[in-house]
Amino acid sequence: MHREHLGWRTGRAIVLTLFLAFAIFPLYWIIITSLKGQKEIFSLPIQYWPEQVTLINYLEIFQISHFQVYIWNSFLVSLVASAMVVFISMLGGYVLARFSFTGKRQVMFGFLVTQMIPMFIGMAPLYMMMSKMHILNSLFSLMLIYTVMLIPFCTIIMSGFFQRIPNALEEAAMMDGCSRLSALFRVIVPIMLPGIAATFIFAFVQCWNELIMAVLFIDEEPVKTIPVAMNAFIKKYDIEWGAMSAATVLSVIPTMLLFAFCQKYLVEGLTQGAVKG
Amino acid sequence: MDTQKPIVMMTKQVVPEGKKSFRISKEGRFIFLCLLPAILFVSVFTYYPLVRGIIMSFQNYTLFDLMNIQFIGLDNFVNVLTSPDFPRVAMNSFYWVFFSLVFQLLFGFMLALLMRKKFRGRGIYQAFVFFPWAMSGFLIGLIWRWMFNAQFGVINDLLLKTGLIDAPISFLADGTWAMAAVIIANIWYGVAFFAIMILAALQSIPEELYEAAAMDGAGRIQQFWRVTLPYIMPTMLVTILLRVIWILNFPDIIYAMTNGAPAGSTHIFATYMIDKVIFGQDYGQASAVGVIIVVILMLFTIFYVKATKVEKGGDF
Repeated sequence: MHREHLGWRTGRAIVLTLFLAFAIFPLYWIIITSLKGQKEIFSLPIQYWPEQVTLINYLEIFQISHFQVYIWNSFLVSLVASAMVVFISMLGGYVLARFSFTGKRQVMFGFLVTQMIPMFIGMAPLYMMMSKMHILNSLFSLMLIYTVMLIPFCTIIMSGFFQRIPNALEEAAMMDGCSRLSALFRVIVPIMLPGIAATFIFAFVQCWNELIMAVLFIDEEPVKTIPVAMNAFIKKYDIEWGAMSAATVLSVIPTMLLFAFCQKYLVEGLTQGAVKG
Repeated sequence: MDTQKPIVMMTKQVVPEGKKSFRISKEGRFIFLCLLPAILFVSVFTYYPLVRGIIMSFQNYTLFDLMNIQFIGLDNFVNVLTSPDFPRVAMNSFYWVFFSLVFQLLFGFMLALLMRKKFRGRGIYQAFVFFPWAMSGFLIGLIWRWMFNAQFGVINDLLLKTGLIDAPISFLADGTWAMAAVIIANIWYGVAFFAIMILAALQSIPEELYEAAAMDGAGRIQQFWRVTLPYIMPTMLVTILLRVIWILNFPDIIYAMTNGAPAGSTHIFATYMIDKVIFGQDYGQASAVGVIIVVILMLFTIFYVKATKVEKGGDF
């Protein structure tokens, strides 16, 4: 009996290790590649550890492109869009969680449907709209579209967070003469801060990662975001794997930090909706 | 929501009859104003383009011929459905969804089961194993493109070293291999999502159920079939449905890894459509592809819901 138990535990440890290896190997590999010199990247046999660690690829991407500008653009777009999303979805989520009113089901349904249909059916019309509004090739177009794309999901998630907070709290505040809105911001928001932070970070990462809309709306140098710039690299120079892997590592780092930081909240927050049912 | 009732009752007592309607309309205004930005944004920038796109799919709408926009009935659909690319794109879409889903589910389920019991370092382990989920499809595509490189790719090297192959394979230059390659990248990405969902569901199973089952003499395996699986089934079914929809609509990895190459042999509907919008400039046909995706998904969803009887699972 005891031996079986041990065998089971060892087996489990082995499989868990395999999963870990599978999950991190691609990351390991891109980091290793980014630290190799051009010659070493394209020579056989393949080295699993750089013979000579070099940062030349990192220097190169800043020399051959305005990578610092792309980072800034990505950062700005993601920051503004996720701030707007959090604000809008907080108001919407609050109302959906606290009130019942005619049309509520339809609103919820309308949000859910956007998660089911492919966004890109509207791609061509969206492109034309942006063109008419004269915001193609501007960061504003991305801030706008990312906000829109994230509102439904974040509103539903937020509404889930609000449902967990007892109504008595804002009732008490309102008895003390607070308006509903100030009760929301003074009493509820502080309690919900972890949930709000999780939503914000989720939105930020989504914006940071988005490619298709960015490629569609942006093709001028000063407003490129990281994915757009990298995509242009591929087309222009085939792929320069040294610079490319360095760019990949740089653009993954913020995501990685954010994820490491609040991965637990994120996972809890985003799963609780699905598990409830 | 029921939680609202106390306040409503209170206002009824305090506010005289005549002012009641005013109270309600004030509340109505609050509800309206709070929801307005969300509804406005989503209607204008999601639903409006969507409806426009559907209309476009029935129009002759190419950028070279903007003077000549007119309704042409089902011509775009006929053109798309009879084009020589179509069978391949349809088959690829099926493979893409089916194999990605099966392996993501299988591995995700295994991982969740193994992670369920606490072990030392589980927090850190979880952070690493779940990380692919936070990465962008574009970067994942790039990384795997490099790993699948014919000459200097690490996957060829590993396969050669372990003796599984004798000569390097040009994975991304051959349609069949390339399709397998993009699916592997997608599996890598999606395992975490299933693991996260299933793990959360597993952790919500009350311990008493197992105690009761053990008292009735159920062994480990029986407990799995009789307690675990039925309990998490609703979550699984909803997650699977969401994933099918999502995987079919997920062009990023393929876009970065092959962008349909070689010669269009790795296009799925989503990348095929993007290709048509960005390079083909035939918005009518591109939109028709989009509408075809929606029709397929609708039929699938109806069939799936009927077959599995998921009526109401999670709400996202």
